[in-house]
Amino acid sequence: MNLLAEAFSAALASLNAHRLRSFLTTLGILIGTMAVIAVVSVLQGFSDSISNQFSDLGSNTLTLDAINEQENFRTGRINRITFDDVETLRYRVPGISRVAPIIVPQLGGAAYRGRTTTPQILGATEESQDVLGVDASIGRYITASDDRNGRRIVVIGVDVRDELRMPKNPVGEYLLIGREWFRVVGLLEKRGEIFGFSQDNRVFIPFSVARSLTGTFERPFMEVSFTVENLAELAQVRERANRAVRLSRKLAPNAEPDFEIKAADSFIKQFNQITATATAVLAGIVGISLLVGGIGIMNIMLVSVTERTREIGILKALGATRRDILIQFLLEAALLSLLGGLVGIVLGLLAGMGIASLIPNFPPAHVPVWVMLAAAGFSALVGVVFGIAPASKAASLDPIEALRYE
Amino acid sequence: MIELRGIVKKYVLGEETVLALAGVDLFIGRNEYVALIGPSGSGKSTLMNIIGCLDSPSAGQYILNGRDTSSLRDDELAIVRNREIGFIFQSFHLLPRQTALQNVMQPLVYRRMPPAERRERAAHALEKVGLGDRLDHRPNQLSGGQRQRVAVARALVGEPSLLLADEPTGNLDSRTSREIMALFDALHSQGQTVVVVTHEPDIAAHCQRTIRVRDGLVVEDSLNPPRAA
Ligand SMILES: Nc1ncnc2c1ncn2[C@@H]1O[C@H](COP(=O)(O)OP(=O)(O)O)[C@@H](O)[C@H]1O
Ligand SMILES: [Mg+2]
Repeated sequence: MNLLAEAFSAALASLNAHRLRSFLTTLGILIGTMAVIAVVSVLQGFSDSISNQFSDLGSNTLTLDAINEQENFRTGRINRITFDDVETLRYRVPGISRVAPIIVPQLGGAAYRGRTTTPQILGATEESQDVLGVDASIGRYITASDDRNGRRIVVIGVDVRDELRMPKNPVGEYLLIGREWFRVVGLLEKRGEIFGFSQDNRVFIPFSVARSLTGTFERPFMEVSFTVENLAELAQVRERANRAVRLSRKLAPNAEPDFEIKAADSFIKQFNQITATATAVLAGIVGISLLVGGIGIMNIMLVSVTERTREIGILKALGATRRDILIQFLLEAALLSLLGGLVGIVLGLLAGMGIASLIPNFPPAHVPVWVMLAAAGFSALVGVVFGIAPASKAASLDPIEALRYE
Repeated sequence: MIELRGIVKKYVLGEETVLALAGVDLFIGRNEYVALIGPSGSGKSTLMNIIGCLDSPSAGQYILNGRDTSSLRDDELAIVRNREIGFIFQSFHLLPRQTALQNVMQPLVYRRMPPAERRERAAHALEKVGLGDRLDHRPNQLSGGQRQRVAVARALVGEPSLLLADEPTGNLDSRTSREIMALFDALHSQGQTVVVVTHEPDIAAHCQRTIRVRDGLVVEDSLNPPRAA
């Protein structure tokens, strides 16, 4: 241990003797690690913020959604989720605890004291509060009673309030939506943006109201989120729901489904997959740059061994074994590479923070500690691997010839 | 303590074979003070290197302190050099970036000695050669004579059984040469076995025994008349 600490300080001293050369040699490693850390910090910050925004959707939540191909939109034969599907989920599938349908009625814009805006208008039941994780920050959210009694009430998003210049506390104000008046009972919690799209430019009205305002022949867009009673049964419930909905939609046994039941975290999964792919590509690039950096280190270490041939001869004459010399040079290579890696990590963090702060609305950069440790460990490893050839060359020098070397 | 039997050293240079040592038989006992003399190219350094386990013979047997060295592996030879041999070279061979103290400590590093003890012994060895006030000087801040003293301290610090010096005064003026030889005289009188390669009769006169080498062979082996102090 003691010995290692000493070899360590000897290696440092030797690198210090050629500061500029050491720095230039390790530049490849430095730039490589800096690139990884910068990119990882930006990606990770981004992915953290995405996961946070979606984590409100619990992992026990499933969503029923219609599938539409390009073809459906072109021909106008658009598949929709129907009220029957909602009933099916509610009453025909055991293991489902709460069903929260969302309907998008085509009602037009919203107006308040002569100002207008066009928020996303959603019809929802009380269950959406838990299932979708929406809630009011001022006032209240939609209740079962609102839904049952068909009350003309609305819970509005922050953007709607601000766009219409309503009071900070808009509860009690009246809003014209389409051709109907709605009383504001609550203000939704602020959600911020996802991919630059505001999540606060929307209003919720009771599901029954949205449904009654929809014409008999209109087929509004609908989506149903539901939670399972027991998370362990998620897969079974999903399969049960799948079969029940096939029946309610009267699909032939071998017909392609025109709907899908997604787990709520599937978006996060998809996003993580993209991140993972980006990381893999990045890892490849970094691998190449570290390889180049490693070759640089090997090269300069070979030069260093040649330059110090006489010194090695002296050490051997004084009783250094092959192993002593080998360790000394390996340590020097590892240290050289590690120092480059450490400086690269610091610069990469700074670069990541800089990039994240330059782009407006971008989440702050963040690097997991394990990534930094891995980067440091990896750069040291590169030094060891590429130090093997120079170190064993040094270790196997003949003492007499080394001493005679000019 | 040193016994050489039929030591041969050949160098093959392409077509040509150089016979640096052509069969040397030699015995040197404990606390002897020996001068190896002979013309340039006669094989003195080659012989010293073999005695110092820096080089191995092409043929013959070398027994150091009762142990046949021809059976030893590289790393075992390194350990023998570290423990039994103190080597002094004509061109000092100090580590240029290290201080006098660090240079003298270096052999003890390979004995896995704790730093504090190493430092103490190195400082003591430097005091013995009169450099107690130059511990933190680097070789380029020292005169030739001082550098060679550092080298002597480094050779002595491990308390080797054998002190070997290959033309130790070759790069020094006559006054500093006398100082270095006075150091050897003192060491010998304290019981150290010393072998010095030289081609200067003045230097050889310090020793008790003179071995003359020519063309890779020992041609003369004689006891010197005792020196008037
Ligand atoms: N590495 C070597 N390769 C070839 N010849 C060598 C080598 N080392 C020594 N010699 C030859 O061996 C002979 C003895 O050399 P050396 O022992 O250095 O002589 P000295 O020290 O007495 O001047 C010389 O002829 C020299 O040229
Ligand atoms: Mg010589």
